[in-house]
Amino acid sequence: MLAKTLFRTPDISQHLRLGSILLLPREKTRVNMEVFVARSRLTLILSLLALLSLSFRSSSSLPSSPSELQILTAERRIDLASHIIRVVLTLKVQNDGASPASNVLLAFPPPQVKHLALIQAAEITGKKKKKAVHPLDVKPSDHTDGPNGAKFFSISLRNPLTSGGSVSVEVSYILTQSLEPFPVEISQSEPQLVLYRDSSSILSPYAIKQQTTVIRTPSTKVESFTRVEPSSQIRTELKYGPYVDQSPYSFTPILIHFENNNPFAVVEELVREIEISHWGNLQITEHYTLVHNGAKHKGGFSRVEYQSRPSISGVSSFKHLVAKLPPRVHSVYYRDNIGNISTSHLRTSYSKSELEIEPRYPLLGGWKATFVIGYGLPLQDFLFESNDGKRYLNFTFGCPIAETVVNKITNKVVLPEGSKNPSAVVPFSVDNRAETKYTYLDIVGRPVVVLEKENVVPEHNSHFQVYYDFHPMFMLAEPLMLTSVFFFLFVAAVAYLHMDISIRK
Amino acid sequence: MKALIDSEISRAHTKPHIRGFRRPLMAVPVDGIIKQSTPSSSLRFAFGNVLAFFILLLIGVLAFSIRLFSVIKYESVIHEFDPYFNYRVTQFLTKNGIYDFWNWFDDRTWYPLGRVIGGTVYPGLTLTAGTIWKVLHSLNIPLSVETVCVFTAPVFSAFAAWAAYLLTKEVKGTGAGLTAAVLLAMVPSYISRSVAGSYDNEAVAIFALIFTFYLYIKTLNTGSLFYATLNSISYFYMVCSWGGYTFIINLIPMHVLLCIVTGRYSSRLYIAYAPLVVLGTLLAALVPVVGFNAVMTSEHFASFLVFIVIHVVALAYYIKGMLSPKMFKVAATLVISVGLVVCIGVVAVLVAVVASSPTKGWSGRSLSLLDPTYASKYIPIIASVSEHQPPTWPSYFMDINVLAFLVPAGIIACFSPLSDASSFVILYLVMSVYFSGVMVRLMLVFAPAACIMSGIALSEAFDVCTRSIKYYISKLSESLQTDAGDIVPGNNTSPQSDVIKTDKKDDLLKERPSRKNKKKEKENIEKPSVKSKTEKRPLVLPVEASIFALFLIILLAAFYVIHSVWAAAEAYSAPSIVLTSHSHDGLHVFDDFREAYAWLSHNTEVDDKVASWWDYGYQTTAMANRTVIVDNNTWNNTHIATVGTAMSSPEKDAWQIFNSLDVKYVLVVFGGLVGYPSDDINKFLWMVRIGGGVFPHIKEPDYLRDGQYRIDSQATPTMLNSLMYKLSYFRFVETDGGKGYDRVRRTEIGKKYFKLTHFEEVFTTHHWMVRIYKLKPQRNRIRGKTKKSKSKTTSATPRSGTTKRNPWH
Repeated sequence: MLAKTLFRTPDISQHLRLGSILLLPREKTRVNMEVFVARSRLTLILSLLALLSLSFRSSSSLPSSPSELQILTAERRIDLASHIIRVVLTLKVQNDGASPASNVLLAFPPPQVKHLALIQAAEITGKKKKKAVHPLDVKPSDHTDGPNGAKFFSISLRNPLTSGGSVSVEVSYILTQSLEPFPVEISQSEPQLVLYRDSSSILSPYAIKQQTTVIRTPSTKVESFTRVEPSSQIRTELKYGPYVDQSPYSFTPILIHFENNNPFAVVEELVREIEISHWGNLQITEHYTLVHNGAKHKGGFSRVEYQSRPSISGVSSFKHLVAKLPPRVHSVYYRDNIGNISTSHLRTSYSKSELEIEPRYPLLGGWKATFVIGYGLPLQDFLFESNDGKRYLNFTFGCPIAETVVNKITNKVVLPEGSKNPSAVVPFSVDNRAETKYTYLDIVGRPVVVLEKENVVPEHNSHFQVYYDFHPMFMLAEPLMLTSVFFFLFVAAVAYLHMDISIRK
Repeated sequence: MKALIDSEISRAHTKPHIRGFRRPLMAVPVDGIIKQSTPSSSLRFAFGNVLAFFILLLIGVLAFSIRLFSVIKYESVIHEFDPYFNYRVTQFLTKNGIYDFWNWFDDRTWYPLGRVIGGTVYPGLTLTAGTIWKVLHSLNIPLSVETVCVFTAPVFSAFAAWAAYLLTKEVKGTGAGLTAAVLLAMVPSYISRSVAGSYDNEAVAIFALIFTFYLYIKTLNTGSLFYATLNSISYFYMVCSWGGYTFIINLIPMHVLLCIVTGRYSSRLYIAYAPLVVLGTLLAALVPVVGFNAVMTSEHFASFLVFIVIHVVALAYYIKGMLSPKMFKVAATLVISVGLVVCIGVVAVLVAVVASSPTKGWSGRSLSLLDPTYASKYIPIIASVSEHQPPTWPSYFMDINVLAFLVPAGIIACFSPLSDASSFVILYLVMSVYFSGVMVRLMLVFAPAACIMSGIALSEAFDVCTRSIKYYISKLSESLQTDAGDIVPGNNTSPQSDVIKTDKKDDLLKERPSRKNKKKEKENIEKPSVKSKTEKRPLVLPVEASIFALFLIILLAAFYVIHSVWAAAEAYSAPSIVLTSHSHDGLHVFDDFREAYAWLSHNTEVDDKVASWWDYGYQTTAMANRTVIVDNNTWNNTHIATVGTAMSSPEKDAWQIFNSLDVKYVLVVFGGLVGYPSDDINKFLWMVRIGGGVFPHIKEPDYLRDGQYRIDSQATPTMLNSLMYKLSYFRFVETDGGKGYDRVRRTEIGKKYFKLTHFEEVFTTHHWMVRIYKLKPQRNRIRGKTKKSKSKTTSATPRSGTTKRNPWH
């Protein structure tokens, strides 16, 4: 029963805070102080309770196997510089049990699981110069009986950890949309402040001997942060710990309130259409619905202030984005449904192309914009033939715009008419569908492989492959059709001219 | 090769004069006899027709491609104001189908009244583009609606050029037809309305207009009921497309009347006219926007009157044929005396009925056609549109260029000889010159007439000059070769029998027999034909003069081409929603309108109402998809006057008017920062005038200083306190460090620092061209501050007077 309240603790404190502030918005500073005091007291009590409860439950509630492992040292680095939160967790795991362990479990509180975009793990061997990284497989674990609905991910080790042995594992994961703007609405002249919630100690099903957490903020402007001693702020870094001998599932909610004026560029929906033409072109059309997901803009927008004082007016807004396109890109266009958008620059070089785009208007908090980017690419850079005679397209999956989160991406690979047996190989889990598309002079339609994924971050920009069978004769179908139409047209004309269909002679 | 083409044209020329008389009689033998003199003609016609076909094809390509400057220089986008509405309607049509289209009640515009689109729009253009789109999609060619709309106008201008060819060919032959077609393909006046992206009714309607005229002339020349039916259908298409159809339904009766008066009545005239009136009126009444207007408004009365007249005349001719001359005379006097009495009675009733209606049965636009000063006197909303102003002389030169000088020559050419067809063309020209003088927009109707006339003139002049040169050459060669004459007559007679057969089918069967005979004939018989012609027409100029004249004509034509290309590229291809300017550091693009519309469409609620001057109504609904109060379909003058009143009222009153209309955003166009001249301050006089026309508390003199609208320090307080001034210049002074220099009016503004109490700036575009303000919510009544509220109640007494001014209370 007690354990159930565990993860709710930050919520309660939040309610208290928000409630009090909303009641008396004008006397904010005083309330802040009060709340701060109240909150720290509250959290202290609650964490104590939590610890107590955990020590009660540790033997009974947990699955038997993990308890045999323990973590010797854990270091967590949380990067809050942009709106995409990147966390690197370095664990040194030791097996205290008798039987060898092949899996290491990671635990996440439910709110984080919802926003977890990507999780990767690697085993580190050697030190300093001889350091080698071996990627490990991470899967959502079927353990469902964590306290308060904590979710588990299981890392499969390369070699089962023998009794007494230890291994270094580096886990990196990415959280999206976990920075909560506060105040929720800001005016043009205000900076954007956000809240980040986490625990000062690492949530783990194992006991941790020693751990530290380092949180990097984008600037030194940190309004407040929960102090869990020992904790300190050194320039742009907040350091929690080192804490020693933390029992499993210890969780001390912390709240960091800091200034983050980075563009919170979120693509709500991205539909990419990748059309293969065996005549040598790959045509990509990307439909974006872009939104500024930071603090909502409140009140008017004054152009004169925006233009004359860019450093203090609309600091959290963004004007332009950079899309990294493949090299040798051609016929790039950038438009929306009412025509071309003239504010874009394309820089091409040997290794990459950069398209700098400006939406029609600067995006302040909560403002939206839609647009389409289209470009052509030489086919030979992306289409290959595999050993078994199949053709395959090798293309990047994610959104080409830097530092954006895509809530939902739909990649549609339009294969040429007449291709068969399409199959997709994607390095992560996606929803896969098949469609048929009819475009210029199609008769049977083109098979379309639709790949959908939610919560996509730039790290998803890895390659995926679509395999299919295609006979080159189909390339000639449309030219032949056109020529035959004209041929019959002329034949008909000749026949008509040689016929005499008049009644009168 | 050049000479060959010339001779082809000149040859083709002589034929239709004869044809005009020959056709209705179906006089086959006569045909052959006439043709005997030119035995080589069948081959030459065969070749000439192929040549003419390719020339026409090239003319079509020319007409299409000269209009693509806008796409190449700017982008493939819908232009200006009205095309955006048409585009929006087309989108609706393609999305929802034809039945929903007819029943479409648009609640996005004229809030809170709305507008029945299906019943108030000329559907021709929309249906055309919608059909093209549908056909393309059924062929799996997935062009977007926008692309189809953008390219509809250039495609139809190619059709219009071909229609002009057909029409002029009926009047003066192939040569004149080709010349007229090529002139029409690039006449600047028509280009101005049909560049790619200019998706407006006129683009399609001009084709329909010319084609209807062609079919009328064709019916008149042939007396074929088939063409008469086609003519009605073509007229129906014209009615669908444009309100200018009344020009047709008045011009054709006039021509019929002219023919009757000049004693040119024939059964062909009857066939050309009667079916058009009956079928055409029935079909026209099918178009919802016309409906019963086709029989009830004065614009159509002329056609019915002439319809009666032509029947009386036909009856008279019929009776004349039945009775002996003496009996006919008696009958005539009897009928005329009785008929006169009846007529007077009918006319009296008619006049009484017409006079009882307030506008005398004429719509305002038509009245302003008859009386050019009508609109500026009575209807400011018509006068406020620049395209409804009378044109200036430079605009004639800009729009039809050298054609203005060629037209008189064309008229003279039409008089020799005067046929039914050529009299029609003359009448068309005269009427359209008048109308173009009334309204600059109707220059568009005048342009085809000018092209046809100039085509006739040019080809006639060309004809004379080349004939003279050829005559000179033939004389020269005759004097050199004495025995040349012996060979010629031999060739002249041999293929006679073939030729008779050939020429009979010539028009009906597209020159097929002549193709068969191609091998039999040879191409060496130029001289005799020239000879025979020179015998027929003795007009031969001295060779030096004709060479010089030829040179001048080509120079003139070249000048016209250069001007047209310039006009197409520079003057008429700007889409007006994107502006560009060339400065020393390259091209600068002003895309502020779309910036504002995109902002509105993405960052306001779907049901928010946006108030702006009516010019931007269509664009706001089409691009921003927001409800507007007034738009370019200026059907409700009171509503527009309400917006005009709000714009010219002080802030508080304006807020009340807008609030009562549920308006959430107010959009103004302001050019003072970048020097964009057609902004709302320059249109402000019309807001005052139209507003003042309905709500008399807006008085124009309050805004005037020395008879001018001024915004500088001399401006009147009413002007400086008006909403338009405030919204335009709010915080403008901060842009240039305290001067507030307006680059359009070229002056410093009068009132520099002021605050807005009831409006809040929510968006201003990059170059300040569009500024959007939000109505502030009504302030809460604050409890406990009795003193202030007391002072407010005292100050509220004059305000209660102002609230009465609000027309919505």
